[in-house]
Amino acid sequence: MAGPAPIPTRRQKGDLHTETQLISMGPSHPATHGTVKIMLEIDGEQIVEMDVQVGYLHRGFEKECESGTWYQAIPYTDRLNYNSAILANLAFCMSVEKLLDCEIPRRGQWLRTLAGELSRMGDHLTRLGAACLELGAMTPFLYGIEARELVWDLQEMLCGARVTSNYVRIGGLQRDVTPGFLARLTTSLVRIEELLADFDKVVTSNRIFVDRFRNTGMLPLAKLISYGVTGPLLRAAGVPLDLRKAEPYLVFDEIDFDVPIGTTGDNYDRFLVCQEETVQSIRIIRQCMPVLEKTVGEPVNVADPRIRWPAKDRVFGRMEELIQQFKGVTEGIRVPAGEAYAAVESPNGELGFYVVSDGTGKPYKVRCRPPSFANVAPMRDMLVGGMLADIVPTFDMINMIGGECDR
Amino acid sequence: MTTPAEQLIERVKALLGADAVDTHAQRGDATVLVPLARVRECLQRLRDDAELAFNFLIDVTAVDYLGRTPRFELVYHLASIDAVPRDDQPSALRQRLRVKTGVPEAPGEADSICALWAAANWMEREVFDMYGIRFLDHPDLRRILLYDEFKGHPLRKDYPKERRQPLVGPRN
Repeated sequence: MAGPAPIPTRRQKGDLHTETQLISMGPSHPATHGTVKIMLEIDGEQIVEMDVQVGYLHRGFEKECESGTWYQAIPYTDRLNYNSAILANLAFCMSVEKLLDCEIPRRGQWLRTLAGELSRMGDHLTRLGAACLELGAMTPFLYGIEARELVWDLQEMLCGARVTSNYVRIGGLQRDVTPGFLARLTTSLVRIEELLADFDKVVTSNRIFVDRFRNTGMLPLAKLISYGVTGPLLRAAGVPLDLRKAEPYLVFDEIDFDVPIGTTGDNYDRFLVCQEETVQSIRIIRQCMPVLEKTVGEPVNVADPRIRWPAKDRVFGRMEELIQQFKGVTEGIRVPAGEAYAAVESPNGELGFYVVSDGTGKPYKVRCRPPSFANVAPMRDMLVGGMLADIVPTFDMINMIGGECDR
Repeated sequence: MTTPAEQLIERVKALLGADAVDTHAQRGDATVLVPLARVRECLQRLRDDAELAFNFLIDVTAVDYLGRTPRFELVYHLASIDAVPRDDQPSALRQRLRVKTGVPEAPGEADSICALWAAANWMEREVFDMYGIRFLDHPDLRRILLYDEFKGHPLRKDYPKERRQPLVGPRN
């Protein structure tokens, strides 16, 4: 597989010498959905050199996590990737649970799987829709965003918030599904499928769209691996690396789904991979629903009050549970000293948390391995030598999320 | 009965010999501690070994154990993946390994591994930015998330969380 084909420079021998031009794209640019500054050196419309400067949304995520209790870090993980907050909650809680060596009940695992896939759909729909918008196509963006609204409405039913979910807890979930959730989910999925079909008809074989996406933003596979690129970018290049299959966490080993891969690794393949993953997410959700219907009444949280404090109805009526809640909130849960790394397949790739505990109620270190950070790093190599117009589709498919990249 | 992580550690020990100073497999995460002066060499051997083939650098980070000697610990997370899909192993990911090394506060330097993995470039810049550990032979060791005028390294345990140093606006 070759990288971007060398574009013959427009300047011929004997032409007047022209100087290259320096332009600054960003940090807040209308055609990028991510706060990043790109310093460009261009020769006409050809990119000679570029420097990608990240960090505009840095807000000290790790430092904040170290200052509170383990539970208090969960809302910060919401703010990493605003499109798929539940998956960031999940990755953090899984790393802490790994250190605690606790396993959550089966219903909780199925519900986490369902909520995580909803989150992934929201993320992919935004990526696909925004990619069209930033290339000047308003209509498909509205299809994507209408579908995302349905996903976010469902998330609101689950946890009371559309974006910053704060839904997953160490040892379980904030709450079980609300009444009527599964019925609403059934009807919403049908509508989302209609919207995806409309989206597909307008975009996927549209000549203008295909011309902008095909054969742009490619990088040889060896370089992608060297850069530690994961997620749809790597899968579009033909590597079926999906942690849901590779290290089946939750209940993914019991679920039937496919991992789409591409062949050339260009922006068009990345687009198709994301589109198919959305379809696969619907398939996964449909397999979770009957299990949740069958297991109504079973717990979603671990029963150990040292990890997950008791439900409110018992806290308000009993002495012992009140004390447990009080200690859980004020002192925080005790996590055994040691270190653990757990990762989930987020919509952008491997989202991992490396946590270190010194045995007290506060984390000693919470390191987030952000897929966006690793995926943005090779952007220079993807684009130098190409055309200025290739930046936007490539940046869209990298799907850099500032909150996650800069933390 | 040995777990997969313990088996992996045995293979890593056989490869690195005396360089594998310490190992553990807490919660199934195979971890090996190597000397600072040998870290680049060890990582290269782990990458180039035909059987282990840790060709994927997942993450580079550091931990500040203030009061301990050496003060810092560099943590590398490696993975081994199949670039070409195999029928017997459809998931591409084979195994993971954590490599750690202690870094003393002074001079606070480690060898850069940018020549081994392109991913190390930005990750080492972040470690430099947050912990002030300098990477020797790094091609472009600038701050990455913070701005050049920022003083100090915020993830060090002795950097107060409340300290503000904005480029514009109120200061305390």
